[in-house]
Parts: sequence; structure tokens; C-alpha cells
Amino acid sequence: MKANNTLMRADRSASLLWRRHMCDKLATAMSWLGMLIVVFMLGSILWTLFKNGLAGMSVHLFTMSMAAPGQPGGLANAIMGSIIQTGLAILIGAPAGLMTGIYLAEYGTTSRMARIVRFVSDMLLSAPSILIGLFIYMMLVVPFGHFSGLSGAVALAILAMPIVVRTTEDMLRLVPVAMREAGIALGAPKWRVILFICVRAVRAGIMTGVLLAIARVAGETAPLLFTSLGNSEWSLDLGRPMASLPVAIYQYAGSAYQDWMQQAWTGALLVTLGVLIINIVVRVGTRGGRS
Amino acid sequence: MEIPARQSLPAMKQAPSHQGGQKGDPAFRLLVTATGVGVLVVLGAIIAVMVTGGWKAFATFGPGFLVSAVWNPVTQHFGAAAPVFGTVISSALALLVAVPLAFGTAFWLTALAPPAAASVIGMAVQLLAAVPSIIFGMWGFFVVVPVVAHYVQPAARQIFGHVPVLSALVAGAPFGTGLFTAALILAVMITPSITAVMRDVFLSMPAVLRESGYGLGATRWEVMRYVVLPWSRQGVVGGIVLGMGRAMGETMAVTFVIGDSNHIGWSLFAPANTIASLIALEFPESPAGSLKLASLMALGAILMAISFVTLWFSRWLLARGEQAAGR
Repeated sequence: MKANNTLMRADRSASLLWRRHMCDKLATAMSWLGMLIVVFMLGSILWTLFKNGLAGMSVHLFTMSMAAPGQPGGLANAIMGSIIQTGLAILIGAPAGLMTGIYLAEYGTTSRMARIVRFVSDMLLSAPSILIGLFIYMMLVVPFGHFSGLSGAVALAILAMPIVVRTTEDMLRLVPVAMREAGIALGAPKWRVILFICVRAVRAGIMTGVLLAIARVAGETAPLLFTSLGNSEWSLDLGRPMASLPVAIYQYAGSAYQDWMQQAWTGALLVTLGVLIINIVVRVGTRGGRS
Repeated sequence: MEIPARQSLPAMKQAPSHQGGQKGDPAFRLLVTATGVGVLVVLGAIIAVMVTGGWKAFATFGPGFLVSAVWNPVTQHFGAAAPVFGTVISSALALLVAVPLAFGTAFWLTALAPPAAASVIGMAVQLLAAVPSIIFGMWGFFVVVPVVAHYVQPAARQIFGHVPVLSALVAGAPFGTGLFTAALILAVMITPSITAVMRDVFLSMPAVLRESGYGLGATRWEVMRYVVLPWSRQGVVGGIVLGMGRAMGETMAVTFVIGDSNHIGWSLFAPANTIASLIALEFPESPAGSLKLASLMALGAILMAISFVTLWFSRWLLARGEQAAGR
């Protein structure tokens, strides 16, 4: 009787063990499946871009401006417009973000004000970009009566700034106290210690933030629809509507013309490659630095 | 050790006075504080502009703006219900797909993957997050829409077409565009960001807890289910809510595949609109000062309210999770 009981118990525990292992196997399988789906999606997007975009790579794409369907044309003005607007956005957004980051890390720290600024900056980081576009449209387009490249750049600057704020603050917090004390002991004022010792020590990290900000705003479309609008001609005038690669892709991808579609795909390939290469450089670079 | 200190004493006497050393400090402090406050001013201005810009619509239609499903530029009658409905449903559906995917990937990255593979796949996930949204839109329109039109919806109609309630969900012509497709694209877009948050909170758990679990003979799944998940609950929910906020505000990807129809219906495969896609699609035909533009701004204000509340909630959860981790 007793032996029988033990046998049953052993049997039950064996079946429990079997069930637990089956559960583990199932969860492992599902987890692999989830990971493979995510990787497959990235692969599918990249494959689609290369398959459709490579055919349109040519010198004309970089030397000619946008043209009517059927006419020979390229994306030169859109590429130039993207570079100008992204560059200007970083010129405005990065210093503003850097200074806000310095305020948060060095002056505000845990004060009520700093907590609110940090929170609001985080909100802006995830705010729908289309709202920023509408905002700048009301602030810089309606009062002046026309769309402009400058307003596009300002809209992108608002999107770029919170990223720089985040990285600057995080990086400044990593600066060892001993380094600050060394600066203070030499009689340097606080601002010199911050700018020439702390910021300098973590400039690689801050650059990472700036690069990520570039990657983020270079692909933004929604805020530009309402601000720089797009322009089919070559134009470097910040006071007039300006073309940009994402907006050109949007216009062309919705068209029914074969050559416009081709350029949309090629433009999409260009934007994606640019953004992904920046990301890869940043991530590989920071990983090497951290370990 | 005493000698250098004594030697440096005279030098200290000659050092510039404390007052002189601080030169420029107040100005710098003012500068960075003003920039910080500038961030608040920007947010305040965004809120003010959205509300005042949409005021004409709120004033014209009253509270009915929120519940009216009419969007008719011909009769100049506008209501927010249809795009709000589309926004909420597409984001909710996207979460249904994205959360299991993100959880599976985060589980794989933190518990199953060999270290080398984890860093490569982790990088791939981050790259997916970095792909511009318009690319998701094009990919969705040219790759996912045909698949939904030719395979998914016909199959769904075959299976559920004769079930009383479910048949309404799959009804309609197989265009391929609509809520379901938009939700799929959104799911792919928000999965990486949810995964990233989940991975970070999973990894922030002290290793000793995980090891105790294994020490007791728990399987990897049991450690995840009974140790890691309860420990990181708030962070996980925060990440999910953050993903939802992203999905609700996403514009370009949705604009390509949503189908542009201001209609509230049961079918998941019918064309619809979200707030963001409606704004992007209708803006070109809305001259400054028109009632239509005011209605779009009012929709923007609603989107802003929804997404800020969502983001605030997710930040709050994540901050609480971090506090719990720090104790």
C-alpha cells in the first residue's frame, strides 16, 4: 500500500514536471516566433526598399530637380531641401537641447521646476509630430501668409530638441564628481567647469544624441506637410516653400505615374539607408565605448 | 603628503578672489534656466494654439462636435466621432498584436538568446524603431494591403462570414485598406519601442532574484512568469501605454493604408480614418480661417489631450516602476 502511494506520488510529480517543461517549451517557442516575426518585418521592409528602389539609382537622381511625369527628373532639390531643413533644425534644436540638458543636470536637478521641465521635455519627445506641424503652421505660416523652409526647420527643431535634452542630461550625470572638483579647485567658475570640463568629457555621448536627433527628423514627413509644403523646383530660399525628401516621397508614392513611383521608392531607399546607417554608427560606437 | 599642501598655501593666497572666479556664472545660470523654461513655453504655446485654433469649431458645433459622426465639407458640418473612433480602435487592435510580439521578443532577448545573438537582434529591433514612418506607410500600402485584400479578408470571411456577430466584423469589399491593415502597420511600428522598454525593465531587475528562481529549480518561463513579470509589472504597463500613445499619434503610416472614410461601422476591414490621418489628408483643402481648418485644429486639440494624458500616465507608471526598483 505504502509502496503504491509512493509510486503514485512519483508518477504525479513526474507528470507535473512534464507539464512544467512543456509550458517552458511552449513559451520558448512562442518567444522565438515573436522574435522571428519582428526580424522578418525589418527584413521585409528592407527587401522591399532594395527591390523597388535600386533600379532608380542614377546620377540624374542627384543632379536634376523634380519634374513632371514623363519628363526626365530627379530628387536633387528634395535632397538639398532635406539637408538644409535638417541642418537648420539641428542648429536650432541642438544648442537649445544642450542648454536645457545642462540646466536639468547641473542647476535644476531635483527642484520642482526641473522636474516639470524634464517631464514636459519627455512629453515633447513622444508627442505626435503632426501636432508640432499644425502648431508651427499657426505660428509661422499663417501670420506670414506663405509656407516656408524656415518654418519646416523650426518644426523639426522642436522634434530634435528633446532627444538632445535627454542624452545631454544622462551624459552629464555620468561625469565623476572628482572631475568637477578638480575644475573648481583650479578656481574656474561653474560655467567654465560645466562647458569646458563636463560637457567636453562627455562630448561623444552628446554627439550620439545629436546624431539620433538627425536620424529622427530627417525622416519626418507629417510636420513638413504644413510648414515647408514641398516644392518641385530648385530653391534655397528659406522664405519660400522648400522641397524635402519625405514629402517628395509622399507626393510621388500616391501618384499613378510609373517614373514618379520609381523615384519615390529610390527616395525611400535613400532616406532609410541614411537613417539606419546613422543609427548603426551610433549604436556600434556607444557599445564599444561602454564595454 | 604634508609638504605639497604646505607648498601650495602661498599660491592659494594669490589665487583670484572667490567673487572674481564666479564671473559670468549668474549670466550662464540665467541662460540655461531660461532655455529650460523655454521648453515649458513651447508646450504651453502648443496647447494654446490648438485650443484657440479649434475654438471656432467648438463654438459652432458645441459639445455635439465630440459625438457627431458627420464629416461633410459640402454642408460645412463637421464632427469628431468618426476619426476618434478610428484612432481608438486602430490603436487598441495594434496593441493586441504588438504586446505579445514585444513580450516574446523581450523574453527572448533577456532570457533565451546567446549574448552575441542578443546584441545583433537587439540592434535589429532598434533599427526597426528608427525606420521613418512614411516608409512603413509605403511598405504597408504596397506589401501588406495586397496580402490583406487577397488572403486575409477573404479567409476571414470564409471562416467567420456565417457566424452571427463575427460576420459583421469581416463584412465589406476586400479593398485591403482599413482599420485592420492600419492596426497591423501600427503594431509593427510600436513593437520595437515596447520591446525596448520591456527589455530595459527586465534587465534592471537584480540578477540575484533571477538566480534564486533558477536555484529553486524553476524553468526559464517560470522565472519570467513568477519572478520577472511581477517585479517589473509597472514598467511593462508603462511601456505598453507609451506604445499606445505612439500609435494614436502616428500619421504617415496610417494615412497610406487607412482608406480615408469618415464612417463608423462594425467591419474591421472597412476604410476609416484616424485623427492624424484625417488632418494630413484634409489639410491641403482647408484654407486658413475656414471652419474646416478650425475643425481640424479642434481634432488636433483632442488628439493632443488624448496623447498627453496617455504619455503622462505611462511616464508616471515608468517612474513608479523605477522608484520600486531603486528601493
